[in-house]
Amino acid sequence: METTATSHHAPPQGFLRKYVFSLDHKVIGKQYLDLALVAVVIGMVLSWLMRFHLGFPTTAVPGLGKLAPTAAAGGVITPELYLALMTMHGTIMVFFVLTTAPFAGFGNFVLPIQVGAEDMAFPRFNMMSFWVTFVAFLVLVAAFFVPEGPPISGWTAYAPLSAIGKDAGPGLGTGQTLWAVSIALFCVGQLLGALNFIATTLDLRTKGMTLMRMPLSTWAWFITSVIGLIAFSVLLPACILLILDRVAGTSFFIPGGLVVSDRLQPHSGGSPLLWQHLFWFFGHPEVYIAILPGFGIVSHILPVFARKPLLGPKVVLICLIAIAFLSYTVWGHHMFLSGMNPLSATLFSVPTLVITIPATIVVLLWIGTVYGARMRFTTPALFCLGFISVFVSGGISGFFLAQPSIDTYLHGTYFVVGHFHFVMGVAAMFGIFAGVYFWFPKMYGRMMNDKLGKLHFTLTLIGVYCVFMPMHYLGLAGNVRRYSTFTDDYMKGSLPLHRFITIAALFTGAVQLIFFYNLIHSRLRGAKAPDNPWQATSLEWSTSSPPPFDNFGGHHPVVTHGPNEYGVKGPTGDYIMQASSDQPVTS
Amino acid sequence: MGRLFAVVLAVITIVSAAIFIARIWWLPPDISVLGVGIDHQMTETMIASGVLFVVCQLVLAMFVWQYGDAGDARPIKTFPGGATPMVVIATILVSAEILVLTLVGTKVWGGIFLSPPDPSALHIDVQAEQFAYYFRYPGPDGKFGAIHPELIDDGNGNFFGLDPANDTAARDDIVSASLVIPVNKPILLTLHSKDVGHAFYVPELRIQQDFVPGLVIPLHFTATRLAKEEIVCTQLCGLGHYNMRAYLEVESLGQFQQWLKDHAP
Amino acid sequence: MTAPASPARTGVWVGIATITMSFAAYTSALLVRQGAGSDWQHFRLPSILYFNTVLLLVSSGTIELGRRRGYAWLIFTLGLGLLFIAGQVLAWRNLAAQGLFLATNPSSSFFYVFTVLHALHLLGGIVALGYVLVRLRAPTGGPPLTALGAVSLYWHFMDVLWLYLLVILALRL
Ligand code: HEM
Ligand SMILES: [Cu+2]
Ligand SMILES: [Cu+2]
Repeated sequence: METTATSHHAPPQGFLRKYVFSLDHKVIGKQYLDLALVAVVIGMVLSWLMRFHLGFPTTAVPGLGKLAPTAAAGGVITPELYLALMTMHGTIMVFFVLTTAPFAGFGNFVLPIQVGAEDMAFPRFNMMSFWVTFVAFLVLVAAFFVPEGPPISGWTAYAPLSAIGKDAGPGLGTGQTLWAVSIALFCVGQLLGALNFIATTLDLRTKGMTLMRMPLSTWAWFITSVIGLIAFSVLLPACILLILDRVAGTSFFIPGGLVVSDRLQPHSGGSPLLWQHLFWFFGHPEVYIAILPGFGIVSHILPVFARKPLLGPKVVLICLIAIAFLSYTVWGHHMFLSGMNPLSATLFSVPTLVITIPATIVVLLWIGTVYGARMRFTTPALFCLGFISVFVSGGISGFFLAQPSIDTYLHGTYFVVGHFHFVMGVAAMFGIFAGVYFWFPKMYGRMMNDKLGKLHFTLTLIGVYCVFMPMHYLGLAGNVRRYSTFTDDYMKGSLPLHRFITIAALFTGAVQLIFFYNLIHSRLRGAKAPDNPWQATSLEWSTSSPPPFDNFGGHHPVVTHGPNEYGVKGPTGDYIMQASSDQPVTS
Repeated sequence: MGRLFAVVLAVITIVSAAIFIARIWWLPPDISVLGVGIDHQMTETMIASGVLFVVCQLVLAMFVWQYGDAGDARPIKTFPGGATPMVVIATILVSAEILVLTLVGTKVWGGIFLSPPDPSALHIDVQAEQFAYYFRYPGPDGKFGAIHPELIDDGNGNFFGLDPANDTAARDDIVSASLVIPVNKPILLTLHSKDVGHAFYVPELRIQQDFVPGLVIPLHFTATRLAKEEIVCTQLCGLGHYNMRAYLEVESLGQFQQWLKDHAP
Repeated sequence: MTAPASPARTGVWVGIATITMSFAAYTSALLVRQGAGSDWQHFRLPSILYFNTVLLLVSSGTIELGRRRGYAWLIFTLGLGLLFIAGQVLAWRNLAAQGLFLATNPSSSFFYVFTVLHALHLLGGIVALGYVLVRLRAPTGGPPLTALGAVSLYWHFMDVLWLYLLVILALRL
């Protein structure tokens, strides 16, 4: 019999195997989520520091002077520290929060259960995937502590700034190398994860779980893994070549004749645009890696609380696939002004605009699902609705940036910062929040506090709009991004608005304490969760909360229905579970 | 709770849109020939996407307001016509919008980046470095001296690495830290970088372009009004990025010629 | 699907897709880089590469024999794989003796990147094959035939990949 793949494994023994080097996808999923939680706290604190400095450029941050005596003498953030904060913030958020939580975290925990499998196809690879990612995170964080300081070349690490080495300025020595190593490791970790997701979805579905009966969340993770597979297998080579340029003296990305810090650099012939092409070939799909799981989560959760089937589930699926496909044809829209052939700008602009068609359709189908529903406004439902709203806001500013003729004005301004924070930052975060509030009972067997959840939601919604909508106004006024201060004459007029954003950001950050409190308190003291608290249909709700180590207690659920059977006459209410004719399992 | 959300969403939408409409923060006045087209395109897009934004948000808010679960036995309703008509209409509308924007936009874009510069354009060579710009005028001979990276020395002011001792074309090159140009005259810049990536951005000219090390990138425009504006770097170039700026000075032809004379080496 | 689904096989196919994609990325980097600078210097590939190629091709045959005839052929395959890597090391030393190192020229940079990465991937295959051999020997449990199938699939892919790289290197360097 097959042994490398799924097995009728025995319960894990010993603390290490159970909680640390666990092979159980549920534990690994939680580990990913915990990692994301740590990362998001760090990322958020970094953003507060940045925001504080932008709003109050001459005021000292209490205590910072002691923490970083050189980079922030007297507590006032220096330009290079600002750039370091920004680089680390962007990198941590994009890679270690928005990829780990919605994709690796929830995907790991939920996907195998939703297809009725006992575990992932390759539990050992799965474990490696997490631990490699974890090491990648440590390597990145280590960059804070190296003598030349953390990297300052942004999360996009454009060459040659990122490739030359120390000559290019502070933070571009060891710190930048650690950045590249960290990202390369991260790619390896995610490739192992994607491999598992794909094999599990294709091969380990339980009886009756046809592809068309798969919940859209699982579909989204599956599609995301395919995107990830292609994206990370291009970013990995890019990082390897970057590392070689930095440490081995090659010239992949560094052209000849550069004079940096008064030294003629010993390189020749490399192409900075090559880095940009490789990076964005990964980078644009990466934003879909961050957001597609959110699409899946909303498509999965919204009907549960609307108590009616999702409108046009097949169309949603087709749109997800179309988006995935198109996401590989648009990377050049990040390079309209990079000096590549201007004709290709037009060529990249068209698919970029076309990709808004499937995105618009999905949004309309969600809104159409709310029509005539019997919405139950639980916290996860609210976050789904919030997701729709912020995704619309962010998507619409994409309309501007997709046109080269307007991008000539808006590129490199706060308009872009506002755009991507809405469309991938906040939207993906709302997807994560929806997922946490929704699956928490399944993960920990306890309910989260719904009142606190609603408070968290409402304040967060108001907060993020106050933070990110004004960034569009700044961008329209020509306010450039990646600047640490706007104090001397340039853009001085923008200071009041920056100050408003800062206050809103600190407020929004503080609101997250409600969430953390809820999370920790509910984990320890929350009300006991029933097996199916939301009256949902998919397989994770037909096992116990939390599920036994092999998910269904030795039983293989038999699926007879699609996931979308709401608003019908079922045996236990207005819904029919996917495995409804099967014996329910309790352990 | 649903109704609270609906109200919050509606307020957010209306306030956000109102600020756009009131143009409290808006593009600075444009001073270039091509700016008109870009501004037009911007307004067009703003209207189209503004309508989409407001409609989507308000319809969502309306449905949320309307369709909460009141615990009664009200049956669910499907969206009129189901998914198909909605999908078809959305596809047609968005496609049409895309088509229009692309057709109009390509013309504007082409005017900046696809059309050749006017043959009579004044050619100015621009070098960006950490964290400054230097502008070079060819001088009376109309020719630029060759660049020798190994001769670049900021200490003695040889920013371009010129070799006037051996290179006659280099002798009369005028190097300046601000970009001084005559009004209503087509300008051709050639952008190159000494070290890392930088960018050239003048919001009032509605123009932005990266400097890519190893490449020489042409950029052309015509300023239509006397002005003194800032040129800012929008490509992260290191710790002094936030401070990498220079002035663009648009002068009358007479003033400009005088300026050239005054600055001849 | 007629045959029972085999995650191991799917996994290898997915792995193949990944590796293909990453080498496609390296290849496009090579093409772009060659076009970007005027500093590209051509050099002759060390002739031992052709001998190594034969070794690798033969090993693909022996692994198939191993699947039908058994253990000894698999060990032989393992040996051929190791020999191939040893041959590659000789090729690197040959280049080094000519003064061609990683950073000497973009052409040599790409040569080392391609060949080293291929060797590392093949090493992965060798480890997997070794693991299967150990498992085949283990007293408990039946032979993981699907695992062997998966490893041989990977092994053939390493062959194909190498042929592709050889063509690229021969044409471009
Ligand atoms: C707590 C809420 C957040 C605040 C207040 C915030 C604030 C900021 C600020 C001030 C910048 C620097 C802008 C500049 O100088 O150009 C920035 C950059 C960035 N942020 Fe956030 N951010 C938040 C959440 C997030 C999230 C959730 C993401 C995930 C996508 C994210 C991703 C990024 C990225 C990718 C950058 C660009 C970094 C770069 O330019 O290299 N942020 N953010
Ligand atoms: Cu993109
Ligand atoms: Cu700069």
